[in-house]
Amino acid sequence: MATEHSRTAARLMVSPAVILLFLWMIVPLAMTVYFSFLRYNLLNPGMESWAGFSNYTYFLKQAAFWDALWNTLTLVVGVLIITVVGGIALALLLDQPFFGQGIVRVMVIAPFFVMPTVSALVWKNMFMNPVNGMFAHIAKFFGLQPFDFLSHAPLASIIVIVAWSWLPFATLILLTALQSLDREQMEAAEMDGANWINRFIYLTLPHLTRSITVVILIQTIFLLSVFAEILVTTNGGPGTASTNLPYLVYAQSLLNFDVGGGSAGGIIAVILANIVAIFLMRMIGKNLEA
Amino acid sequence: MSRKVSATRKGIVTAAAWAVGFLIFFPILWIIILGFKSEGDAIKAPLAVLTSAWTLDSYHEVQERSNYALHFWNSVILSVGSTLVALAIAIPAAWAMAFVPGKRTKDLLMWMLSTKMMPAVGVLVPMYLMFRDFGLLDSRIGLVGVLTMINLPIVIWMLYTYFKEIPGEILEAARMDGAGLKAEILYILTPMAVPGIASTLLLNIILAWNEAFWTLQLTTSQAAPLTQFIASYSSPEGLFYAKLSAASTMAIAPILILGWFSQKQLVRGLTFGAVK
Repeated sequence: MATEHSRTAARLMVSPAVILLFLWMIVPLAMTVYFSFLRYNLLNPGMESWAGFSNYTYFLKQAAFWDALWNTLTLVVGVLIITVVGGIALALLLDQPFFGQGIVRVMVIAPFFVMPTVSALVWKNMFMNPVNGMFAHIAKFFGLQPFDFLSHAPLASIIVIVAWSWLPFATLILLTALQSLDREQMEAAEMDGANWINRFIYLTLPHLTRSITVVILIQTIFLLSVFAEILVTTNGGPGTASTNLPYLVYAQSLLNFDVGGGSAGGIIAVILANIVAIFLMRMIGKNLEA
Repeated sequence: MSRKVSATRKGIVTAAAWAVGFLIFFPILWIIILGFKSEGDAIKAPLAVLTSAWTLDSYHEVQERSNYALHFWNSVILSVGSTLVALAIAIPAAWAMAFVPGKRTKDLLMWMLSTKMMPAVGVLVPMYLMFRDFGLLDSRIGLVGVLTMINLPIVIWMLYTYFKEIPGEILEAARMDGAGLKAEILYILTPMAVPGIASTLLLNIILAWNEAFWTLQLTTSQAAPLTQFIASYSSPEGLFYAKLSAASTMAIAPILILGWFSQKQLVRGLTFGAVK
């Protein structure tokens, strides 16, 4: 089927996508690298000068960077744990026969379609607000002191908000995977006297490994760059308590107008993401071969 | 397949599943309700909210405060536009890789996916400066380009997994029967490829609609989609729960409806065919 002629045609068909993606990847990145070696402030245009590695040392030495790095990892890992564990539990529940499966499915998946700015603002105001939020009303009802979630536990609150958006995704994928589980094998194990814990550990979990991998991979891509949720709830604060790497770079370059420093931060973020990516791509690469 | 399940067990599972489903859905339900309340009622305790009067005032006020129609159209143009452009680039590419695979096709696909790994913030500064210098800040055309490139790898991957499932033998059979290239594409491949293209289209409109990094960075008013329209409510101002709820409901309703239609395709689409 693949003649020389069709090979040439195929190359022609692929090339626009490859060229565009290559340019998209390389041009802005090269510019970021270039800017990161400049002393460049948007408030003093035309005053750019060579800075060597000083932007990098400046960015890495500020306490905010280490806070942001820690917050980024906490956010990713926190949301992953909640969504994967919660997703498995929910998938196991929804995989059982019950009345109204279609409607429950629709309700569970809905948060995934809510845009980040909406979900963050709704949680911030209608639920977590210490005066008028629903949690405050509930606390008052029980005679407790309302808790100011976003001031006193900003990162944890953002983790909850982001996890709410991603739980449906994990649940749906794991549920789909569960439905392809061999029921006869399950029944055989049941008859042989395996209790549900053993059935879960030795049959269900191994069957889910591949889909859990996929959930982790895809969510990590998106979670490393969580931005809108932080922008509209805490602005990274109080202090740097909820600043992650994307937010720090944004603040440095577009709020402080420090293009050089922001670019150095951007490059550091790219390097970190690549370390995670290499690790993850190996995993998914293996899975896709299977 | 059919396991006998006792009625009690089914009853318990039904109750548990509905409870969990309701809990997860509750924030969305709550903003839909609050949108139809007055500002004074919207901040009351939950039970008092439910028993208070219903009104459409907030929807009117949201409309007066900012032009919902404009932002809605921006969202439509950005999400549909970027998806269509991405499809135009991706269909030939995915097609060629699926039907004329070479030695390096798999590497190429992995490389494309790896471009998604690059955090947007790594190129924020140059993108912002380029947009500024070319006068593209707050313009729809620039943002369509950015959203196209962001979603292009996903579009190619999704299409590839769909096209891969079209059996090559069918083409050979058609050729044996004397079908020309035109007939082949028109009567055999197109009908088989359309469902895959349609679900790719739907899913990417959803992703682009909800994209909230570039849309927040590169727009302010004229080209601002609904993500930015909602973000304008981030600084507290007097009583605004009902208005925020009404605005939020209007921002998510279109995509919620579209999303429910596409939920069957969602899993395989978003996992690049790795989970079916």
